[in-house]
Amino acid sequence: MLEKTNVVTLERVVVRFSGDSGDGMQLAGNIFSNVSAASGNQISTFPDYPAEIRAPQGTLSGVSGFQVSIGRGVHTPGDLADVLVAMNPAALKQHAKFLKPGGVAIVDIDSFKKADLDKALITTDDPYTEIGLKAQVVEVPISSMVKAALADSGMDNRAVLRCKNMFALGLVCWLFDRDVDAALKQLHNKFAKKPAIYEANATVLRAGYDYGNNIHASVSTYRIESDNIRPGRYTDVNGNTATAWGLIHAAEKAGLKLYLGSYPITPATDILHELAKRKDIGVKALQMEDEIAGVCSAIGASFAGALAVTSTSGPGLALKSEGIGLAVMAELPLVVIDVQRGGPSTGLPTKTEQTDLLQALYGRNGESPVPVLAAATPSDCFHAAFEAARIAIEHMTPVILLTDAFIANGSTAWRIPDEDEYPAIRPHYVTPAMAEGWKPYLRDEQTKVRYWAIPGTPGFTHRLGGLEKDSTTSAISNDPANHERMVLTRREKVERIADDIPQLELHGNAEADTLIIGWGGTFGHLYTAVEQLNASGKPVAYAHFGYIRPLPSNTADVLARYRRIIVAELNTGQFADYLQSRFPEKKMLRINKIQGQPFAVSEIIEGVTKLMEE
Amino acid sequence: MSEDIKYSAADYKSDQYVRWCPGCGDHAVLAVLHKAMAEVGVAPHDTAVISGIGCSSRLPYYMNTYGFHTIHGRAAAIATGFKCANPAMTVWQISGDGDGLAIGGNHFIHAVRRNIDINILLLNNKIYGLTKGQYSPTSDRGFVSKSSPYGTVEDPFIPAELAFGARGTFFARSLDVDMKVAQEVMVAAARHRGTSVVEMLQNCVIFNMGIHSYVSDKATRAERTIHLVHGQKMLFGANNERGLVQDGFGLKAVEIGRDGYTIDDVLTHDAHCQSNFLHQQLAMMDGHSLPMAVGVIRDVEAPVYNEELDKQVAEVTAAKGYTSLREMILAGDTWEVK
Repeated sequence: MLEKTNVVTLERVVVRFSGDSGDGMQLAGNIFSNVSAASGNQISTFPDYPAEIRAPQGTLSGVSGFQVSIGRGVHTPGDLADVLVAMNPAALKQHAKFLKPGGVAIVDIDSFKKADLDKALITTDDPYTEIGLKAQVVEVPISSMVKAALADSGMDNRAVLRCKNMFALGLVCWLFDRDVDAALKQLHNKFAKKPAIYEANATVLRAGYDYGNNIHASVSTYRIESDNIRPGRYTDVNGNTATAWGLIHAAEKAGLKLYLGSYPITPATDILHELAKRKDIGVKALQMEDEIAGVCSAIGASFAGALAVTSTSGPGLALKSEGIGLAVMAELPLVVIDVQRGGPSTGLPTKTEQTDLLQALYGRNGESPVPVLAAATPSDCFHAAFEAARIAIEHMTPVILLTDAFIANGSTAWRIPDEDEYPAIRPHYVTPAMAEGWKPYLRDEQTKVRYWAIPGTPGFTHRLGGLEKDSTTSAISNDPANHERMVLTRREKVERIADDIPQLELHGNAEADTLIIGWGGTFGHLYTAVEQLNASGKPVAYAHFGYIRPLPSNTADVLARYRRIIVAELNTGQFADYLQSRFPEKKMLRINKIQGQPFAVSEIIEGVTKLMEE
Repeated sequence: MSEDIKYSAADYKSDQYVRWCPGCGDHAVLAVLHKAMAEVGVAPHDTAVISGIGCSSRLPYYMNTYGFHTIHGRAAAIATGFKCANPAMTVWQISGDGDGLAIGGNHFIHAVRRNIDINILLLNNKIYGLTKGQYSPTSDRGFVSKSSPYGTVEDPFIPAELAFGARGTFFARSLDVDMKVAQEVMVAAARHRGTSVVEMLQNCVIFNMGIHSYVSDKATRAERTIHLVHGQKMLFGANNERGLVQDGFGLKAVEIGRDGYTIDDVLTHDAHCQSNFLHQQLAMMDGHSLPMAVGVIRDVEAPVYNEELDKQVAEVTAAKGYTSLREMILAGDTWEVK
């Protein structure tokens, strides 16, 4: 037995909580991340949960995990965990592969009985060897300790065992020297309306913490270094919430009401949940009868004069295609959020992928150009959603914003922007002076943007529609030359948005001859891999695309500077193909992964190293 | 709003050339709609007309209002978003039987169920006209068309039955050739709070000529239709000599003064009755054994979605009192980094 003398200071540490999908691993993980963030650590989280709500208890298919990395310079939830908490054999078996060799596995030994091992399809009586665990195992009788802690609570056995996750949380808080009162405060916020449940969970959380202290669990404890992050007021935010908030802020900055038409779909539904709550600041969020109604009601709201949004995932985007085409034709502002998941079809609903890029770019009938943006991190979702809305409103066009399951569910600490940090958004309204002879498809010649006349305004009654319109009279037109003119004008309008977005920035070693390219939610992993490559004497530059269509105007210049270009993405090469078609003189090398999981930093380093040696 | 200004039918008429076939029932519906709008008196710029795809869905182009000719089947969903985002506008939705009840059937029933304050004009000609003559979801069993050369083997929707199944609060019907009743039901639809469904039996001169002539022919119309008016006896026939009486769980047509029936036995129409049992019986009459009902069949009060939405937003906004997103976030869990 050890005293708490063996204290190791680490720059960053990765913890993975794993258990049954009903064991509350997500809650334990969330509280641990928030407490860490509040103590000045950077955090990055990755909930890894099954598609089934409650698979049979204790089975391999029902394992739910929550991984968090805390410390300094944290951009990803980490490839492998330093500490794995496993509430049963199935969790240990499924998640042992995410544990670093020599790491620590904390197991609830009360859940390692014969029946539990059977459910996890473990056939020998030595599960650690059978699983191939190369870790220091700390066996803790979590279930019995929880029962003892709540012996006088009068709660039934089932309710008692539901608090197991808090024991694990308490133990991990002790291990990483977290402030237990901060954890209790988080717990209190969660169960503010259920004092009895709070009391039971708080008792167990303290018991877990004290257990670590008292029995001198034979592991090192860690002190995690905090980061010098920008001063300000922070909160913990996941990508979906940040997306919702970015839209709300855009509506504020544009002086418009925010309207959401949506339909429940994993992993995008939390955007609907958040905006439904935000009726308290005037948001109208409608749960419609299907995906099509989601986008169509938003188009109606846009015509009516709102900042209109629809949120979905890949299968829903497919259903919305025709509606998006209508918004292209009617030239109405509309934001379409696609939280990408594994496809095709129902695919891997809870897992992450970047496989909707081509659908977003091209998945509509006719020549139907739509600006496409992609968010890089959970907190960048705020910025990306704001930008998507700004472009939609100021350029009178539907805009597709791609996020993904990884950044949508993952969270980071986020500095709350000041009131004046983001610019005003200026809707392209008609002015009273235009009333005489005004037609809906008259445009600003510079930007090709038509003017927005809000229904209810006298003097501007007009008809929009999906039929092609004459470029001057705005009446229905079948004229061949006019159609071509309108097709090219709509395309030109989207291309000219390039003048209104930031230039592509370079990270890493800009002077290197190899350029790594990424887009969307892979930023954290690519950024970390690039840092490590440069640190290990392999110079690489890194460009990350948040604006996909149009591309930043300096893209060609940046690409021209590099001899070797490597595009890393979670699909079979969609962005690489897109870039290749625009810059045929440059060969796009590729690193691809289509496993429903984010990149591991090590995989990127390995892939880049291999391509650099070729 | 500009209630003090009087508008005429011409104020609602656009300068666009009307492209429907000569003799098409849609011309009459359009003319009546202009008149009905003038009678209701909402300004053209406070009116929106939203349609799907099909012959009848071209209608918004012929209105001098805000208008949106959208995509096939989706008008009800688009009108829903429009009304919720801009509730001050009066919203009309124009759909045909294919647009509204086949490809758009789901949006139709959900708009009706929510009781959004929109007026749906359902132009029912029991055929797909713009695609040149396929059977529609309201075509009768056995109907022969280009896509059913041996006759259909499916039963049609009766629009009223569908509307009542979706808990509709307003249903009215008119013939395209009966301008008086058509205007009466459009005005009533506009004045109803909630989703109003108006079925216009409309003739397609090219692909389904005379489809409603059994009930609409002038010579027999008085015998084969009954004009229902709230609070009035259910009488029909050239001289109102016949009436509807209750017969067990059903209805029966009788002659006043025959078989012992007097005017007192004849039912009085109650469009405002919350139960839709009798409304449904009336709406299902097809002109054969019982006369087809025209006029306002059902018109009841119920909570209106967009009003409830506004009420809820006002309540929770007042309760929380946030003036900005930043204020809302700062009220939650945050921490200071110095």
